[in-house]
Order: sequence, then C-alpha cells, then structure tokens
Amino acid sequence: MDLSLSTRTVGDRTVVEVGGEIDVYTAPKLREQLVELVNDGSFHLVVDMEGVDFLDSTGLGVLVGGLKRVRAHEGSLRLVCNQERILKIFRITGLTKVFPIHTSVDEAVAATD
Amino acid sequence: MATVELRFSALPEHVRTARLVAAAVARRAGVDEAVLDEVRLAVGEACTRAVGLHQSGGIAAPVKVLLIEEEKQFSIEVGDEAPRSAPGDRAPGSAGDDAEAEEDEMGLAVISGLVDDVEVTAGEHGGLIRMTWPSAPPTAVLA
Repeated sequence: MDLSLSTRTVGDRTVVEVGGEIDVYTAPKLREQLVELVNDGSFHLVVDMEGVDFLDSTGLGVLVGGLKRVRAHEGSLRLVCNQERILKIFRITGLTKVFPIHTSVDEAVAATD
Repeated sequence: MATVELRFSALPEHVRTARLVAAAVARRAGVDEAVLDEVRLAVGEACTRAVGLHQSGGIAAPVKVLLIEEEKQFSIEVGDEAPRSAPGDRAPGSAGDDAEAEEDEMGLAVISGLVDDVEVTAGEHGGLIRMTWPSAPPTAVLA
C-alpha cells in the first residue's frame, strides 16, 4: 500500500489526512506536503493519522521536521491517533512529550493551550 | 534450522518488501501474532538504516537479510557492507551528515526500544544487526 494525503481547512487549522504506510520510501511525500503547506502560510497543522497502517522512524523524522517548521512561525502541529501500535512508536522514542496527540480531529482543531 | 535469505538493491522502495517477507516467515515460524507488528517495524528500521548507509557510502552491493528459524526462537540478521574503521568515524560533518546521523540513531532507538534481544556489530567489512524473538512452532495436527 502507498501513502495517501489530503488536506482541508477547518477554521484557522489545516487538517492533513494521511493514509497507508509512512516509511523510508513514502515519507518524502509527506515531507513535501508539510513543507508546501508551511510555505503557503499554513502554520497550524493537524495531522490525522487514523488511516495510517505503518509508521517508522523516517516518518517520525518528517513529523519532527514539520513541527520545527511551524514553530519557526509560532504555529502548531497536532496529531490525531488512537491506534495503539502507532502510539507505541511515539512512546518508545519519547515523542509523546513533543507532540500533542489527540483522539479526534474535532478535539485537535478545538485545542488551544 | 531453516533459513530464508533475501538480498535487495539498496533502494527505499524495497524496504517494504523486506518487511512483508520477514513478517510472513516470522508468522510461519510461530512468532506470536501480537509480536509480528514489532518484527515488521524492527526489520524495516534495520533495512532502512542499511539502505541509508549503502546509499551515502555509494555501495553497489545489495542489503542482506537472513530470516533464521530455530527450535524455540526466530532471528533476523540485517547486514550492510558499509565499512566503519572506528566508532563514530564519519566524514567531516556537513549539516547533511548530521541529519543522517540523527535518523540513523532514531532507527536504532526504535529497534532497541522494541526488541529485547538485539545485537549490533560493525567492522571494516560492514555492520550487522541481529534480533531474536521467542517462537513456538505450531505442532502439525493431522485429524
């Protein structure tokens, strides 16, 4: 399975819906998408990972890179994920402390902190 | 001891194939279903690392994966041919090298977080990551 990406705007947030596998082969596509959004002035991103079947360290690297970019514009990058096997990867790498992880897109869009 | 050996050109698109083959052989070897996700992720990380090392080192040789089924355990060995003369020995650092080094470490962090029994060795002829999981081969039932 390949990677699928779609974006939509909800208020001042841009939701990026990701599906499929994020690995060393597909991660560059996600990186391009995030870079493009930031270049176009979208600094508050919600990455919806509910459709992701597989995520590896390359994918984590792209998400960290995205976070770095939006923060340079005082933006935010929130994740939506309920899948235990995906959450586990964020836990073992300590990234649960770096990313706000939400259980739904509505919750992520409404979050301010 | 039964072994499946896989060799693939150091290209990112083949890492997924290695994951699928490793998971299929692990399942057949009797590795617990609950652990198969970890096997898939760990072998993917090891292969990604090997592909990166071959590509950055301009090494044409394929990446080698051995899937070793033993009586009560299942092991995966991922071998690269990128030579290391000394630990931390890298070409003088540009920003690109640092980024690669970080990704390399992240991959290893995931592997060591996932797999209890893991051995990482490297020498002048390349590196090897060996990961082992317990297995309980299903006994053949003929009814």
